[in-house]
Amino acid sequence: MQPLRPTRYIGKSVTRLEDRPLLTGAARFVADLDFPHQLHMRVVRSAHAHGRILGITTTEASALPGVVAVWTAADLGDLPPIPIRATAIQGLPPYRQPILARGRVRYVGEPVAVVFAESAYGAEDAADLVVADIEPLEPYLDVCRAPAEFAPGLTSEPTIIRKGYGDVDAAFQRAHAMVALDLSVGRHSAIPMETRGALARHDRARDVLELHGAAKRPHWNRDQLAEMLSMSPARIELYENHVGGGFGVRGEIYPEDVLVCVGARRLGRPVKWIEDRREHLLSANQSREQHHRIRAAVDAEGRFLAIDETLLHDQGAYVRTHGARVADMTIGLLLGPYRVPNYRAVAHYRLTNKTPAATYRAPGRFEGSFVRERLIDAIAQRLDLDPLEVRRRNLIGSAEMPYVRGLTALETEVILDSGDYAGLLEKALVWSGWQAMSRQAAARRAAGEAVGVGFGMFVEKSGLGPSEMVHLTVHADGTVEVVTGASSLGQGMETAIAQIAADTLGVDYRSIRVLHGNTNRIAFGFGAHASRVTVMTGEATRRAAEAVRAKALAFASELLQRDAAALDVVDGTVVAREGGGPSITLGQLAAQLAPASGSRGDREPGLAGTAWFHSKHMNYPYGVHMAQVAVDRETGGVKVERYCVAYDVGRAVNPAMIEGQIVGGLAQGLGGALLEEFLYSEDGQPLSVTFADYLTLTAREMPPVAVLITEDAPSPLNPLGLKGAGEGGVNAAGAAIASAIDDALQVAGLVARLPATPQYIRSRLRELEGGAA
Amino acid sequence: MDKHPLELTVNGSRFTVEVEHRKTLADTLREDCGLTGTHVGCEHGVCGACTVLVGGEPVRACLMFAHQAAGRPVRTVESLAAGERLHVLQQAFTDHHALQCGYCTPGFLMLIVGAFERDPDIADGELIEVLSSNLCRCTGYQNIIRAVRSVQDQLRGRA
Repeated sequence: MQPLRPTRYIGKSVTRLEDRPLLTGAARFVADLDFPHQLHMRVVRSAHAHGRILGITTTEASALPGVVAVWTAADLGDLPPIPIRATAIQGLPPYRQPILARGRVRYVGEPVAVVFAESAYGAEDAADLVVADIEPLEPYLDVCRAPAEFAPGLTSEPTIIRKGYGDVDAAFQRAHAMVALDLSVGRHSAIPMETRGALARHDRARDVLELHGAAKRPHWNRDQLAEMLSMSPARIELYENHVGGGFGVRGEIYPEDVLVCVGARRLGRPVKWIEDRREHLLSANQSREQHHRIRAAVDAEGRFLAIDETLLHDQGAYVRTHGARVADMTIGLLLGPYRVPNYRAVAHYRLTNKTPAATYRAPGRFEGSFVRERLIDAIAQRLDLDPLEVRRRNLIGSAEMPYVRGLTALETEVILDSGDYAGLLEKALVWSGWQAMSRQAAARRAAGEAVGVGFGMFVEKSGLGPSEMVHLTVHADGTVEVVTGASSLGQGMETAIAQIAADTLGVDYRSIRVLHGNTNRIAFGFGAHASRVTVMTGEATRRAAEAVRAKALAFASELLQRDAAALDVVDGTVVAREGGGPSITLGQLAAQLAPASGSRGDREPGLAGTAWFHSKHMNYPYGVHMAQVAVDRETGGVKVERYCVAYDVGRAVNPAMIEGQIVGGLAQGLGGALLEEFLYSEDGQPLSVTFADYLTLTAREMPPVAVLITEDAPSPLNPLGLKGAGEGGVNAAGAAIASAIDDALQVAGLVARLPATPQYIRSRLRELEGGAA
Repeated sequence: MDKHPLELTVNGSRFTVEVEHRKTLADTLREDCGLTGTHVGCEHGVCGACTVLVGGEPVRACLMFAHQAAGRPVRTVESLAAGERLHVLQQAFTDHHALQCGYCTPGFLMLIVGAFERDPDIADGELIEVLSSNLCRCTGYQNIIRAVRSVQDQLRGRA
């Protein structure tokens, strides 16, 4: 008889466990959920970018049939503002957002009042009748201007963050050449297809406040809500339903999450709030808006001697949950894969009268990679070198790993854990046919077309700690339940976690049920963000599965009278490694370990285990983006003809899902590079409040994308070598597209701002050609 | 606002409901017919998450009042699978990893099914044009296109 071999799932593109309900219409997003006697909430929002609230009239709205309550800030008592996650950066608390505007409004869309009514349509009718009398004040909209006044005695620059090492001034003095750039990135957001939503009910029978529609960080949100509402965390339960995309924006604590909770408690009825798209484009976190003034000192070979960076970060109207994290990590992770002997960065974190900002997929890195790679291209231009050669000369070598940056990001020390940057660069060039691509573009240019190729390298970060815990239980029918405090935003985490559990335990991945995002099932959890779930929950799962496997083998060895070392678990059954002989399923072992089972003896009940994984440091996947574009000189329109991404993920659990993350992220990156932008009028009125104004990529604009996934640099920080894959697709898209447009038009440094819209390209051509275009 | 009686035929079943004249077909399907597979993404006809078939044509259910669908058969995503057996397009979506969060998926499925029913000989370029009428924020569309191409013969009724 052939010895049985366990099925291996890690590394295979198995189909997802999540798909069936999503395909059949059986999924349950928060809007799909209703409770008896629920009320519907509608938020009244400021129509002014900046102003003093003289009064809010609610009488007409209150009188509308079906309206149960209309509240303004005065009705909320001393409800605390939106909290900030732990940060070493001081001075932020006075700038937090009140749940409803107090005294002043600071952006169009800011909640000023809230209506509770019997129907959603009725609540919206009533909200239209609330009149906010606001005396307009001058808005502060441009962070390149000196800070304004946020409130008496408070400037609109809460903090200046400084990072760096070495002697930058001395390096500039002995430099062979200096390159300086002024670059900027527009305001984008994640735009998940599902808008935000929340449904709260106070279950009087259990005296528990339930919040449905949680996402991203349920445990932290529970603890913060408990503090804000003066409740015990033991009396609040957050439930994660299906979540229609997150990308950093969904699942933070926003004013509306707090309002449904307060409403449900005070009014004694469940309260449901579903955001509409216009509200989403006015009020969900935005991101990316930054100005960079960067200088590089280089030697004659194009090697960095120093970088001197000044960042002006547009935070919008208030400090929200992330604090100054995006500005902080922009300068903490700016250097990417390059060796920079001296570095000085100053980030001016400034509040403006726009929608508040926070993280959006690859926060600070989409921007930083654009800036850094523009700098590399400029150095190459200045010294008349091949930009690829400039990159090669500056890349940190694999022998230098782990590489201590001497910088911090996300409250951790940046230590590049592993990587063969030069190896991936050469691999990517060969795999993509870069030389042929470049030659063909040159030939088409010679024939009159404006076609070019562009390149961007980047280092991502993933696997943010500090911890994750997993409970793994085998049921008597053989089903394996994995409970984690991480959550799912639709990225396929259930499947990836099941693959890891299946391989470790020796079962079919389809027999595993992964439960996540529910605070009443697990005491601790750190959520889904920063490309951390596969790494943190993945390793905690592996450890829990190891423990359960060991327990199963020890018990089976007694029952089967075989040495445990001679046994294996194959497809859910404990068998002899050499094949033949008696066997027992994990389900049968679980039944015999039930608390009341006679055969359990003194063993701990249950075929179950709990494991923690702690990690003090992030790990650092890396990659290369390559773009080929054609520019229409007449219109300034850019067509992306072809795109290649090479990405080293350390260990690929499900290559199809990783490719899906990369291609999906790229669609957002290309949107940010070419189309997407929240524009504001001079008086601070947002101009991009529908999908007709805020343009995302469709199937027509998406180019064919080739993805190369490599596993050359497994992370030494976890035994499987896992790194995250959520953000590599978006990271260097702006960098590669900018470089390709320059190449197509044969104008170095043409693209100095993103998105490179047709209007922008036309205006730059006119500017550079002295009005001739 | 007064509610008015309405009879809808959805997925072959008759629903007798009472809704305001201003209530959208999308909200009525979700709230009054209990068919929450039709998702609302923008409420102004751009994203296509709410796409259903009305009289065989793909329609934005957020731009149509429920009362306008009276007397016309409506089909939603819930009609595609036959019990445990997925529709060939649903199977292709899972096989090709053409969905992530799945919020836009029902709209894409109905859009594609409707497009092939309307024109079984739809050309590839036209197909991309049709697909570009709905938005997805997770997949980058590549796998949606792959999934459709892998079963286009079956969707054309030729396999």
